[in-house]
Amino acid sequence: MIQPWLLADEPASFWFPEQASTFAPEVDFFFHAVLWICIVFFTLIVAGMIYFVWKFRQRPGYQGSPEALHNNTLEITWTVIPTLIVVWIFVRGVYGYLDMMSPPTETYDIEVKATQWNWSFKYPNGALSNDLHIPINKPIKLIMRSEDVIHSLFIPAFRCKTDIVPGRLNTMWFQAIKEGSFDLYCTEYCGTKHSLMQAMTVVQSQEQFDAWLAEASKPPEDPIEWGKWLYERQGCKGCHSIDGSLVVGPSFKGSFGTSMDMSDGQKVTMDEQYIRNSILNPQSQARVNFAAKINQMNSYAGKLKEEEISALTAFIKSLK
Amino acid sequence: MSAVVTPGSVQTAEHSQSHRPDPNYLTHTKGFLSWALTLDHKRIGLMYLVGILTSFLLGGILALLLRAELFFPGEQMFSNDGYNQLFTLHGAVMVFLFIIPSVPAALGNFLVPVMLGAKDVAFPRLNLSSFYLWLAGTAFFLVALFSTGLDTGWTFYTPYSTLTQGPVVAATMGVFILGFSSIFTGLNFIVTINTMRPPGMTWFRMPLFLWATYATSIIQVLATPVLGITVLLLAAERVLKIGIFDPAYNGDPVAFQHFFWFYSHPAVYIMILPAMGIISELMSVHSHKAIFGYRMIAYSSVAIALFGFLVWGHHMFTSGMAEVTTIIFSALTFTVSIPSAIKVFNWLFTMYQGTVSMVTPMCYALAFLFLFTIGGLTGLFLGSLSTDRHLHDTYFVVAHFHYVMMGGTLIAFLGGLFHWWPKMIGKMYNELGGQISALVVFIGFNLTFLPQFVMGSRGMPRRYAQYDKEFEFLHQLSTVGAFVLGMGLFIAAGVLLSSLFRGRKAPANPWGGDTLEWHCESPPPFYNFLRPPVVKDPYDYSRLVYDNRVGGYVERPEDRASGSHK
Repeated sequence: MIQPWLLADEPASFWFPEQASTFAPEVDFFFHAVLWICIVFFTLIVAGMIYFVWKFRQRPGYQGSPEALHNNTLEITWTVIPTLIVVWIFVRGVYGYLDMMSPPTETYDIEVKATQWNWSFKYPNGALSNDLHIPINKPIKLIMRSEDVIHSLFIPAFRCKTDIVPGRLNTMWFQAIKEGSFDLYCTEYCGTKHSLMQAMTVVQSQEQFDAWLAEASKPPEDPIEWGKWLYERQGCKGCHSIDGSLVVGPSFKGSFGTSMDMSDGQKVTMDEQYIRNSILNPQSQARVNFAAKINQMNSYAGKLKEEEISALTAFIKSLK
Repeated sequence: MSAVVTPGSVQTAEHSQSHRPDPNYLTHTKGFLSWALTLDHKRIGLMYLVGILTSFLLGGILALLLRAELFFPGEQMFSNDGYNQLFTLHGAVMVFLFIIPSVPAALGNFLVPVMLGAKDVAFPRLNLSSFYLWLAGTAFFLVALFSTGLDTGWTFYTPYSTLTQGPVVAATMGVFILGFSSIFTGLNFIVTINTMRPPGMTWFRMPLFLWATYATSIIQVLATPVLGITVLLLAAERVLKIGIFDPAYNGDPVAFQHFFWFYSHPAVYIMILPAMGIISELMSVHSHKAIFGYRMIAYSSVAIALFGFLVWGHHMFTSGMAEVTTIIFSALTFTVSIPSAIKVFNWLFTMYQGTVSMVTPMCYALAFLFLFTIGGLTGLFLGSLSTDRHLHDTYFVVAHFHYVMMGGTLIAFLGGLFHWWPKMIGKMYNELGGQISALVVFIGFNLTFLPQFVMGSRGMPRRYAQYDKEFEFLHQLSTVGAFVLGMGLFIAAGVLLSSLFRGRKAPANPWGGDTLEWHCESPPPFYNFLRPPVVKDPYDYSRLVYDNRVGGYVERPEDRASGSHK
């Protein structure tokens, strides 16, 4: 099956991906305006350089003149003109920036939780997803927090990004003007899988979005499927693999019922109680090989309901 | 001074007109200890040069490994962790071990006293100790980096740097020691330039390289302590769990960024200002014409040093700073662009009606002008707030600062090295080889970094071990360019090294410069000058004429006869 949004990865112009938000036309116009200013200055400087090098080159029978040492008119000109241009660039940049900083009063708010190395988007009705789904032509506000280190959410097609700093909530707003799927990157270095901390931004019509949202807010009924659903959306996936490979924390594969060496010298069997305790109070016990990394795991107390923990346990049990 | 002054040695120096080869600073004493314990600024400068070039080689190999890894989108030779450690090492080695000390410590140490007509810097022992601090800091740093694999990026951003397993504390202690080395060098130059100028050298008769060095030294002394404080706080947080930057202990991670960039942005000017000083010398000497707008260049160095302290916030435009703060930092950032633009125009017009000789140092100076202009102009996109929201932390930024740091500082450093190499070593290198190296470096450089601008504006984030397929072609161009660039640098190294064995003896003044270093022999005698020379305009070339027998420039016979040489 051809996925139409793959085509969206192709740059729409030489410098930019396609314009998919209301910010894009202003940013692109301004970028090209500054680009032309730069090209004019650069051409003047390089042309002058080549001309001078050629015209005043050292050669037999030619003697330069040491007279031209300064010229007030010239020096004032090349101070004042760049200053005026730079003032315009500054003002225009602030104009675009204030627009990006001023969301309309009515916005559709989505909570963003960034963890190493996972995006989790939470919609007003409680639905969770790993890709960002939004309706077209509607102002969206992202309320973003990080569970561990600094991340940064960047959607090139929307021309906007904002850092996600632990210990504070940063917000960002935009309004999509084009349907399709667009890249969403983490742009603040956050460790091992920084370059894989990517998601898609899916822009749909309001009807399609509503349909998707209704579906997304219904978790699977089967406990194992529900556990997998939670595993993918609650951030477990960032550190714990299900195929036996080592990411940060131990893999879940084939671990249930096994006996493990703990850092305090005890031997513990991985059972339901161990899993529940590791989710709610992860620092209380650490396996011997993971003692140094245990601080990277945050407690999920208050974030997961009891039945959700049971579902996750069922899922882990199922991984033979 | 450690060396014993015998009447005989003074006599030989006084009769320098005779044909007996004088012992120079390289040959007047021999043995390991005569170097290891030397207080001679020229030997210290040369030792710095060796150390810095070794660091550069290391950083360069790491850069080539990075580019090779990025030839294809997926995982190649290195794992994600391996790649993260590589770019951390590359950045840290290049910034802390190479660029920051490159011009001031290596060329500056050699040139500042000679340009002043002085015997040495004001505090020779402090000078030697700063070299040993550099060595110790480097050793500390490299052992820390290589033993366990630091992966925080050279910026050590919290809270990642307080959570990661890497040897952050050891590495930051290395940076702390290196900082002291930098402070001592700066302090030494400030005192030297203030107190040891010879009779007649007023502030506005100083060579522009000294203006640039002076401005740099001020930044080194004022800004580097902040880095020291920052890394100490970071170490305290990691070891003692005091909440400063880590939100887990009620700290603020953005506070670290403010601390860090309060040093590291001025440090950008520590890197570029001395390079600008070199270019001022090179453009003037090889155009055989006094610098255009001397005072504007001198003032703009100081202006850049001062404004450079006020712009650090532009590294945090997307961090969620208050809007007013962000706008103020954007405005301040643009103020730096004006003095930089003035310098470029002045360098350009220095050639106007001059006599331009395209020798190797001039080739590098022109390459600098080209590359630095691109680096400076692309800063406009990043300083303005709306475009920065798109370009921040993408390859556009990577390309921008490489054009400034590498296209600027490294190219100027190479130009300066080729310019003063005959003075430092006493040998001429192969001119054609030097010119070819400049051309290959120039082509390779642009091929490496021009595609990165396009990549960045199309959305490629920086510090990515793996990337999306759509960026593959641009990455491949960049990688090919990096290897061409590497080849150019190897040619440059080959040209310089072969001159050691096969170069003809350098004359005192091969290029026709008139600053004081060209008034003593190549290489300079141990004492540089027997008595403080009397100083006139450093850029007055009217008295110099090329002499075929010497292979360099000498004063016009009629000027010498009339006794203008005081």
